[in-house]
Amino acid sequence: MTVRDVVLAGGRVVDPSTGVDAVGDVLLRDGKVEAVGGTLGRPDGAEVIDCAGLVVAPGFIDVHCHLREPGREDVETIATGARAAAAGGITAVCAMPNTDTVTDNQAAVGFVLKQGRAAEASRVYPIGAISIGQNGERLAEFGEMVGAGAVAVSDDGRPVVSSQLMRTALEYARAFNIPVADHCEDPTLSAGGAMNEGIVSARLGLRGIPCEAEEIMAIRDILLAKLTGGHVHLCHMSTKGSVELIRWGKDRGIRVTAEACPHHLSLTEDSVEGYNTNAKMNPPLRTAVDVEAVRDAVRDGTIDVLATDHAPHHHDEKQSAFADAPNGIVGLETALAVNITWLVKTGVLSVGTLIDRMSCAPAKLFSLPGGTLARGALADVTVFDPGKEWVVDPAAFRTKGRSTPYAGMTLTGRTACTIVGGRVVFRAS
Amino acid sequence: MTSPLGKDLLGLEHLSAEQISLILDTAVPLKAISERTIKKVPTLRGATIVNLFFEASTRTRISFEFAEKRMSADTVNVASAGSSIQKGETLVDTARNLEAMKIDMVVVRHGSSGAARFLAERIESNVINAGDGTHEHPTQGLLDLLTLRDRWGSLAGRRVCICGDVLHSRVARSNIWGLQKLGAEVAVCGPRSLLPRAIAEMGVIVFDRIEAAIEWADALNVLRLQLERMLGGYIPSLREYNRVFGVTSERLGRAPRDILILHPGPMNRGVEIDSDVADGPHSVILDQVTNGVAVRMAVLYLLAGNSPQLAEAAKGGA
Amino acid sequence: MAPSRSIVLNARALERTLARMADEIVERNDGTDGLVLIGIQRRGVQVADRIAAVIADREGVTVPRGALDITFYRDDLQTIGPRPVVGRTDISFAIDGKNIIVVDDVLFTGRTVRAALNELADFGRAAHIGLAVVIDRGGRELPIQPDIVGKHIEAPATSRVDVFISELDGRDEVVLDEGVGE
Repeated sequence: MTVRDVVLAGGRVVDPSTGVDAVGDVLLRDGKVEAVGGTLGRPDGAEVIDCAGLVVAPGFIDVHCHLREPGREDVETIATGARAAAAGGITAVCAMPNTDTVTDNQAAVGFVLKQGRAAEASRVYPIGAISIGQNGERLAEFGEMVGAGAVAVSDDGRPVVSSQLMRTALEYARAFNIPVADHCEDPTLSAGGAMNEGIVSARLGLRGIPCEAEEIMAIRDILLAKLTGGHVHLCHMSTKGSVELIRWGKDRGIRVTAEACPHHLSLTEDSVEGYNTNAKMNPPLRTAVDVEAVRDAVRDGTIDVLATDHAPHHHDEKQSAFADAPNGIVGLETALAVNITWLVKTGVLSVGTLIDRMSCAPAKLFSLPGGTLARGALADVTVFDPGKEWVVDPAAFRTKGRSTPYAGMTLTGRTACTIVGGRVVFRAS
Repeated sequence: MTSPLGKDLLGLEHLSAEQISLILDTAVPLKAISERTIKKVPTLRGATIVNLFFEASTRTRISFEFAEKRMSADTVNVASAGSSIQKGETLVDTARNLEAMKIDMVVVRHGSSGAARFLAERIESNVINAGDGTHEHPTQGLLDLLTLRDRWGSLAGRRVCICGDVLHSRVARSNIWGLQKLGAEVAVCGPRSLLPRAIAEMGVIVFDRIEAAIEWADALNVLRLQLERMLGGYIPSLREYNRVFGVTSERLGRAPRDILILHPGPMNRGVEIDSDVADGPHSVILDQVTNGVAVRMAVLYLLAGNSPQLAEAAKGGA
Repeated sequence: MAPSRSIVLNARALERTLARMADEIVERNDGTDGLVLIGIQRRGVQVADRIAAVIADREGVTVPRGALDITFYRDDLQTIGPRPVVGRTDISFAIDGKNIIVVDDVLFTGRTVRAALNELADFGRAAHIGLAVVIDRGGRELPIQPDIVGKHIEAPATSRVDVFISELDGRDEVVLDEGVGE
């Protein structure tokens, strides 16, 4: 199948992987980046997309999302998730394995890949489970899963409670050069918790989850990475303490990488006020001090990547008393705007650093193609308007999920065009 | 046609001192009605009230029922056992069904914090929180305030210590807000494992030992210590709890001043409170029960008049 | 429209009126046996006290007095909303078989008296209940008429009649204010 040439004309091309930041054209041919910069020609039959005033970036890669298929197709499918990603300017997502059934074997990995391809939207990379059934007992077959296309392993949704299992996973994963992504949570400390432990939880009478529930597991994982030489990737870091621990680990050359999510960079536990279940997620929203620290860590690279932790739930499930509502919000279609609104507009990140954290760094950490506009690279490109203001309307989402704490807010920054393998998979109307 | 309290009574945290005082002031004449031969006024004639109890409760439900009947409301009790609540009906569906039955008020007890507010946001009827999870139990807080005010005249500058399992107590939260708004100084005392970590940020003094609390306080509000807390590992044993944190007559005997003893009930005699204290001269525990009916009548009265159904009917009948 | 206030009764006239009402009450009851005065909160209570003082002065008998706050017996809760309770209901004696005179300052729609009768019925079965008011301003909405009237005036529906009593207001006076709307 041949794809038409695409010329992205006259945009501000920002590619930290090659150091480019200049106004110019980008030519995409045969699913690859053919040329970047200056005024390129207009090949016959090429689709020319006017990018004046827009930013042209290597496609964003979300290393952490939940697409719910198989098992909860009423909540999300791989196809709706892939289309939501495209609308959010994300050209590739890594799907967490906590589906029903769990992606803990090569056949399940193949299923995710197949559904992802069929969606003809953004790329979907499967993440395999660390343990069979995510039960935290026996290692899943990393080798077979990687052979089938898994890009990492994780028991996300649940922590790896057993230090011994985590140790083995980190050791065993080394043969396949994949990161072991951990959801850091000491379940004995967080049991029954519904939000951050602090003054708001004390006032609302909600069981709190202390920061230490995350930090204890973060330092355990860092120490196990030190012990094993494996690559541990810490999911959705939310506390000041975690950031300090990661910094400690990186300073010592330990192979620890980490991600942060838009909500932990923009909102605090105050959003829970009024028992707002759209502000309920795990890890929970923390305090302003934590938000500040995590932002700083994204800026200085202690936190390597920005991921979404997109976690759709059925509206009815979120419509319940706070403690009874499930954790998680949707994020694929708001991540870019939230990051621009709270990180770029506030001067925490430059546009270049934002693109690094959303594209270049995740590609590098998870050894994924993309994350660059170098000649010959995969033609996965995100074009966005960094100044466009829009009001978040969950009813207009591509994802089946509707739960977002940003509903009704005016955010800045919106996807203009998403290109995957040289094909336009989303264009703003 | 708006109530001085707003549509609902969900907690004391967001009420003003004036609103709380109004409820207490209204409760005083209503208390006298329970002393009459005919213990009933026609105030809420024609109003329908549903007592929706998702959690077992005897005392609070009976108190509300007396209050409702003494105000001439028609009441229906829905308890969780055997109802559709047990069959997995969601809170939203329950709310919609209640609304469709054209009721005026709902008194709700639920095991989840925020459940009363959840309901209030989804139905037009007045909602009264009869205890939501570990959040608030506003009418209990109000009856405690009335009991203390009856004794002291004013709460300003008085010192009240809430003793025991503050972490899991909705009574504690309502008391803290209510007492502070009326000018009392508030302390808590109990093992730290049963106090919220951020408790001091709520503007209360924290005592680690009951002896210190007794030396400081004008009144102790002794919370029920549930057996589950021992099973949950928060304390080693009920026996030790009594030995270290129990309110005993021996400890009270060393108090520098007369101390009032409150307890929201039901009591675990010999655990958080000894029998000779509960039944002793310092105890105002039965006054609390009497006042409970009166403050609930007052709340019913002050929330009424905000009911669209009855207002419509009243207009039609004029 | 400029507010037009006029004095219906000045202090001396009010004193004479209350004295006459006291005489009529005793006359109507054929003495003070079984006589009980119950004032409606608020100013009816003070008016009843004044009348009782006159009776005590002339008859040498202190008639029992009670107070009624009819707030919980109103019929306008749903249309107007809850009103603060301004006074206590205080009837510290059995009313069964008594001749009760309900005392109020102003009689207008009759709804307050209706509420008072209902409340009294909850205290027992009186032999007879009469009604004494300082001012009957007309405008009845219920079939209720006073037995003893201090002064009858026809006040427009939008006007206001205030009885000021020195115990509460620092002066004795009855004022008609025609410039006040609802």
